[in-house]
Amino acid sequence: MRVHLAQIKPVLGDVEKNAAKHFEIIEHALQQGCEMVVFPELSLTGYYLLDLVYDVAMDESHPVYQKFLEYSKDIAIVFGYVYESKDRLFYNASAFVHRGVTVHQHRKVYLPDYTLFEEGRYFAAGNRIQTFETEFGTTGMLICEDVFHMSSLYILSQSGVQNIIILSNSPARGNLELGHDASNTWQTSNRYMAGVLTVNVIFVNRVGVEDGVSFWGGSEVYDARGRLLANLEMFKEQTACVDIDLENVRRARIETPFLRDEKSFLLRNFLNSERGIK
Amino acid sequence: MRLDLDLTVDILTNFIKEETEKIGLKNVVLGLSGGIDSALSAALAAKALGGDRVYAYCMPYKLSSDESLKDAIKVAETFKLNFEVIEITDMVDPYFAMMDDISKLRMGNVMARQRMICLFDMSAKVGGLVLGTSNKTELLLGYGTWYGDLASAINPIGDLYKTQVWELSEYLGIPQSVVDKPPTADLWVGQTDEQELGFTYKQADDLLYAMIDERRRISELIRMGFEEEFVKKVADRVRRNQFKRNPVVIAKVSQRTIGRDFRYCRDWGY
Repeated sequence: MRVHLAQIKPVLGDVEKNAAKHFEIIEHALQQGCEMVVFPELSLTGYYLLDLVYDVAMDESHPVYQKFLEYSKDIAIVFGYVYESKDRLFYNASAFVHRGVTVHQHRKVYLPDYTLFEEGRYFAAGNRIQTFETEFGTTGMLICEDVFHMSSLYILSQSGVQNIIILSNSPARGNLELGHDASNTWQTSNRYMAGVLTVNVIFVNRVGVEDGVSFWGGSEVYDARGRLLANLEMFKEQTACVDIDLENVRRARIETPFLRDEKSFLLRNFLNSERGIK
Repeated sequence: MRLDLDLTVDILTNFIKEETEKIGLKNVVLGLSGGIDSALSAALAAKALGGDRVYAYCMPYKLSSDESLKDAIKVAETFKLNFEVIEITDMVDPYFAMMDDISKLRMGNVMARQRMICLFDMSAKVGGLVLGTSNKTELLLGYGTWYGDLASAINPIGDLYKTQVWELSEYLGIPQSVVDKPPTADLWVGQTDEQELGFTYKQADDLLYAMIDERRRISELIRMGFEEEFVKKVADRVRRNQFKRNPVVIAKVSQRTIGRDFRYCRDWGY
């Protein structure tokens, strides 16, 4: 599978301009023979939307979304947007579109609402972590904070996931002696996830500055054996084509059959026990 | 409290470039006092945009020290900035003459605000954003003039403690005389910050870092060995000066009040 990583900086609250940038990159990815292109979290809108959430929200009927479906005939596209549901709730969402249809929509489940984040103030939380079938194997999408909750990873893993796509808007902070806290945590987590779940991990993080907050980029891909296949620079708008050998999942699960040996009944028993009920 | 210096420079230069250019401006404007904070802001701006896009102004009063001006010139030359001296004496003296009982503190504030007026006027002249030069220590302690030196459009060093300003300044090759001299607001002859504050920046930063960044409670700080009186004095200063760090307080009447439930980023649409 040839994946195009689109590490971009969106314009805050300008869907038209951002869409134009997406389409340009999609065309570029097609020229390079890519089969999938992955954009970051809220790639169509930017991150610190605050009251702009209500202006940029859309559903599948929006002309921009329709254009994505059109482009998706020849390439799988993963992008981030604000989804407005029929019952008028607003979600931090991502879409996997391919062959002219929405294959899967993920609504961010774990909305960070602390320190520099206030997503819980503006967004409704999703309530499902699901895998979906693609031409590249069973896949799951997670949005940023979702990754730091074991339930997300566990459910994807037990649902047979082979590729985990992570759309992220991680701000650089805690910039002390040894790199900054955010990238240290993400790189550790991505490598751990790939190696322990024996899955391909595609992590795309945005760059750019919004009101003084710098998003650090550093998008990266690990194969199912935990090997780093590509990593983009920090803070720079950049794209890259990465070839992922899907057979690596098989090899990883022979070498390190953690999935085969997982005893999920332990978890079920624990959750059903008195100590597990919270 | 030590910094990853390369990474910090990357973040801060990228910040200056993006926050300036995304709103359609090319240049930045700043007051260059001869002190280390403005030298660091200038150095970062020069690295981000090139010295030819940085407009630095030294704005002395007749009692300002010659050393300060010399140091400002040195910084401007080192980083190849556009540089001009705008003396504020003739602007503020008539006002001082009208106020026969004016205190040193009031004079200092008037001068700081006069410099702000000049900078924002230069901002309109050269099409440049006013770059802030207040560090985190000053901002937390409220050691600055509201709508004076605290006024700016973007501030690259507001999240750096004074000790980190020193560390980064050495790294960026700011002239040694600027790094080494005792920090001063230069509001009157012989003034130094540390004398006026009653403690050193090193003492303040060690405490503030533990209190603010590490979120340690007062009881914990005292257990760590900080003197109780010092801890309480600094904590109270931080609290009392919150007004200088906040946007204006608006009386709520409607359903949607600016700043409270009408909330947008400055970077709205950029």
